[in-house]
Amino acid sequence: MIPAPFTYQRAGSVDEALGLAADGGEDAKFLAGGHSLLPLMKLRLAVPETLIDIARLRELRYVRDDDGHIAVGALSTHNDLATSSLLARELPLLAHAAGRVGDPQVRHCGTIGGSLAHADSAADLPAVVLALDGVLVARGPSGSREIEAGAFFRGLFESALEPGELLTEIRISKPPTPARWSFQKFTKRAIDWAIVGVAVQGGNVALVNMGQTPIRAGTVEQALAGGAGPREAASHAAEGASPPEDLNADRGYREHLARVLVARALEESAARA
Amino acid sequence: MTVNGGEIGAEVPDRTLLVDFLRDVAGLTAANIGCDTSSCGACTVLLDGQSVKSCTLLAAQADGRQVVTLEGLANGADDLHPVQRAFRAEHGLQCGFCTPGMVMAAVSLLAENPTPTEEEVRTALEGNLCRCTGYHNIVRAVLAAARDGAADASGGGLDAAAELATNERRSA
Amino acid sequence: MSILGTRVVRTEDPRLLTAGGTYVDDLRVPELATAARVTFVRSPIAHAMITGIDVSAAREAEGVVAVLTVRDMDDLPPPPPDDGGGGGGEGAPLPLGGPWAEPLLAMDRVRFVGEPVAVVITDDRYQGEDAAELVSVDYEPLRAVVGIDDALASELPLFAGTESCVAVTIGEADDGTGFEGCDVVVERTIENQRLAPVPMEGRAVAASWADGKLTVWVSTQNAQIARFILAGALGLDPGMIRVVAPDVGGGFGAKIGIERDGLIVAWAAKHTGRSLRWAETRSENMIGMTHGRAQRHAIKIGGSRDGHIQAYRLDIVQDTGAYPRLGGFLPFLTSLMAVGPYAIPQVQTAYRVVVTNTTPINAYRGAGRPEATAAIERAVDLFAAGIGMDPAEVRRINLVPKDKFPYTSPCGATYDTGDYVAALDKVLAGAGYSGLRAEQARRRERGDVLQLGIGLASYVEITAADAAGGETARLVVNGDGTATVYTGSSAHGQGHHTAWAMLVESELGIPMAKVTVIHGDTDLIPAGVGTYASRSLQLGGTAVQKAAIDVKDQARRVAADLMEASEADLELDTERGVWQVRGDPATSQTWADVAAHAGSGGLEASANFTEGQPTFPFGTHLAVAEVDTETGKARLIRHVTVDDAGTVVSPLLAEGQRHGGIAQGVAQALLEEMVYDADGNPVTGTLVDYAIITAAELPSFELLTSETPTTINPLGVKGIGEAGTIGATPAAQNAVINAVSHLGVSHIDMPLTPARVWSAISAAQGNGVGQ
Repeated sequence: MIPAPFTYQRAGSVDEALGLAADGGEDAKFLAGGHSLLPLMKLRLAVPETLIDIARLRELRYVRDDDGHIAVGALSTHNDLATSSLLARELPLLAHAAGRVGDPQVRHCGTIGGSLAHADSAADLPAVVLALDGVLVARGPSGSREIEAGAFFRGLFESALEPGELLTEIRISKPPTPARWSFQKFTKRAIDWAIVGVAVQGGNVALVNMGQTPIRAGTVEQALAGGAGPREAASHAAEGASPPEDLNADRGYREHLARVLVARALEESAARA
Repeated sequence: MTVNGGEIGAEVPDRTLLVDFLRDVAGLTAANIGCDTSSCGACTVLLDGQSVKSCTLLAAQADGRQVVTLEGLANGADDLHPVQRAFRAEHGLQCGFCTPGMVMAAVSLLAENPTPTEEEVRTALEGNLCRCTGYHNIVRAVLAAARDGAADASGGGLDAAAELATNERRSA
Repeated sequence: MSILGTRVVRTEDPRLLTAGGTYVDDLRVPELATAARVTFVRSPIAHAMITGIDVSAAREAEGVVAVLTVRDMDDLPPPPPDDGGGGGGEGAPLPLGGPWAEPLLAMDRVRFVGEPVAVVITDDRYQGEDAAELVSVDYEPLRAVVGIDDALASELPLFAGTESCVAVTIGEADDGTGFEGCDVVVERTIENQRLAPVPMEGRAVAASWADGKLTVWVSTQNAQIARFILAGALGLDPGMIRVVAPDVGGGFGAKIGIERDGLIVAWAAKHTGRSLRWAETRSENMIGMTHGRAQRHAIKIGGSRDGHIQAYRLDIVQDTGAYPRLGGFLPFLTSLMAVGPYAIPQVQTAYRVVVTNTTPINAYRGAGRPEATAAIERAVDLFAAGIGMDPAEVRRINLVPKDKFPYTSPCGATYDTGDYVAALDKVLAGAGYSGLRAEQARRRERGDVLQLGIGLASYVEITAADAAGGETARLVVNGDGTATVYTGSSAHGQGHHTAWAMLVESELGIPMAKVTVIHGDTDLIPAGVGTYASRSLQLGGTAVQKAAIDVKDQARRVAADLMEASEADLELDTERGVWQVRGDPATSQTWADVAAHAGSGGLEASANFTEGQPTFPFGTHLAVAEVDTETGKARLIRHVTVDDAGTVVSPLLAEGQRHGGIAQGVAQALLEEMVYDADGNPVTGTLVDYAIITAAELPSFELLTSETPTTINPLGVKGIGEAGTIGATPAAQNAVINAVSHLGVSHIDMPLTPARVWSAISAAQGNGVGQ
């Protein structure tokens, strides 16, 4: 219930944050909204020695039209994204999915950067950013670099971020038909993590909780590109996936859900466009 | 930080949770701790006007910001917030343990969505658990509070019948 | 116009809505000003010998006042002698004791994950968690018995001096009696799964030992019973103990009296001489607070094709967890109510209680009766399917007719009053039953993905099962004309203060705003039973009314003297709250006038209503579920009920109890289950995994009114607190099964999660996937 003791530091700028992280080493973690990290710390499943609070770095909280792509500051809260009229117009998939993360209280605090860096394969935004072919911008002691979403999620709770690196921005190219989207989040209760989730943008299909990372349903995408209809393409949804087994679903049920939800997502996105 | 309009400051261990700061340092015990996984919402307060789960924030994160708890909602014993009035009128509480968080969540909801539908209210309260009321009267209370200036909301069988008809059209 | 039966808002609310309630952990009383904090060290393993406990590192940690283990418990009385099976026999709501005895802090063995092994006392709570991690316990694991199958098959008993894991056996094996000549006999084994009560406030205790007196603040439903238990456990005279129940954040049967961990805290306060406080975390609560239900039912039902049920048999196995804290009481109640509201000529029941290495089981909203109703309501639906008859029709045919009351069932319960068929018909009409069936048929015809299911449950339940224990009330009219009620009942959300004030206003005309109700303090109310078994209004409320009538009689004498009139000429105008010569308002005297004239004796009366007997509320629930047949996900879209608990004193409070009960009942059917793995580790140990129902999963409910008064108490009231839960669970379960019955599904065990529903559909469709 109570985190193990740690030292709290607050960064006034991105550079300061990077400097504090370099000083802190392996046992220092960035604190954005804290809604992925603090719950783990309260159960003592995570015991960082130093927390570097970056939540007040206003310069990292924005949603911008950068001409050809949308730039989302990593410290934008889920509520920022859900209520952004720019996103509603240009990236409704992201706006909608952000509006379904957790509950309102979580959305007021949690950030897209925090969620992506946490790299939970059961979370919604990693799959959404993957479906949108997002590019993640990270800044570290040696400068900035861009990481494609496909290379960003390495494993369960494992991202491509190096120690001391900070996610600053997510860049997403404007889809040709923004309205061709669907987000299917299958849960037991509305508040639950997705048992299986599907994010569709155009011909891109990404899956939530069907593996150790969010994954693209490659065979489905190929089938679509080859002219297959939604149901036929969706029949390939589970190919190449290694879905987890847990209290809510065994492997077979997850595979079945993936096929059903991909079909529905493809039908819905087609109907929208 | 500013709590219910008053400045309060203290030196506390870095790991102090905001809910413990409010309860033990500020002496405001309305916000309750009902879980340890940020699931129940009994600790909900307003931070700069938005509902947050104070058990999932460090006191340090609220440093320099505005916090409002249940105790700071009314303008006086005879001048309750419409949500407080509605909760009483509609019997939206029984044991009262979830109530401070539920009320603050409702206040935040109505600030963002002044005329919610019943479904929107239910979804907005998904992070606030209640074991006593079955939520029926809580939803009525929030809708009643919203109605002070909003359209009527019908309930029960009428909505259910309309919904069946909608689903029939959807399934066809 | 009496205030009874009107929609009065609660007197409890202004404080709760502005300052918030004062629960144990909120207390800021002088006695606790320097209180230290208790943190428990609990077993992480389901079954093991304790081979060593090293507290040395913990003792050195920051802020540590003491670290205590069983070795420090040298100041407790010896356990009661083994009388061969526990205080009141196997059917009594008492621990079995004897060879099944449960210690306070674990001695040489732990029997469930969460069992308390040591306590760490620190200056503050944060230090407590740190220090508790430093207590080092050596465990030698033993094989854990988990689940009913394991317990029945286990050749090794779990308790020395016992023969097996079966602690109680009652009844005879099935010899087929009663089922001869049945056209159709259906048999099935079904599960009533283990649940966690999850009141929003967990267990909390604060204790202070000073000047030879122990004061204990407990989140409890029964302060007086808690005091009794404390006295026995700690070897103290009850007069040396004061128990206070402050605001209590829900109980649902799991906070009756005071239990093991609370006793340890109280003992530790006395042992160290330091005042202490403890409020468990939710993770502790999920495994440390007793669980509910956990029964397996072998049901057998037989009858004729015209719909008449001739025979019913229920075999129960109760998993009681690590220690039989309630003996055989829960399955005893299940057996007592097994036949439900039906006139079935031949009924047999039998039960066994098994111990396992899991959290002990105790009462949880309904305590044995939801299990009975869930079993027979599934049986009735299975029988209906077996003979191809509408389940509503089968119920109508078999419900006890209204001219048979009082009705003594073959199970031995005497139902006081009821009109079961009217309740069924009212719900069917209110729900638009034929329209629902027509909609269902249309969707089936079309082969829609979203199918509709309609589920019924008709029930009768027993409230105030322990009516003989009575309930107390003391009513004082103060010198200023206000009144104070001291009640033995102990509200934890039910709104008794409002209802008791209504009763006083109704009887005496003293306005509710001038009536103060006090409960839960043994110094002020030494005798009382408290709130469980849905007993409070019928027993505690009647006691309040009796005391009020007594006060009225006294007041009449005093008023007569004051007004120099004869008692026969006086009347109490309850509208205005004044005594006057009949028909002459100019002579009126206020309650303050009369109380003043009463002199030093004042106006006061006590009552203990012991003339009650159990009463039997009844009803019917109808649930409408929509099931996505491609995913198995079920959604409750309507829930229509009649819950008839006799005369309704407060419609507001009664509806609230029904709402809350329905939600918990539906949650059992669709979502909740306390799960253990094969080694006895809890899998659903937090509120992320244990699926408490939220507002988003429920519709608004449709409650229909029905009042069939009881003849047993002057108020005509029965208990409403648990009825909603009892009716809701089987209605929701039956609805979801009904939604997919046309696909070949005949039964799905609770909770009907998407995975289970889809698995059932798959199996029925012959996919070979699932069971």
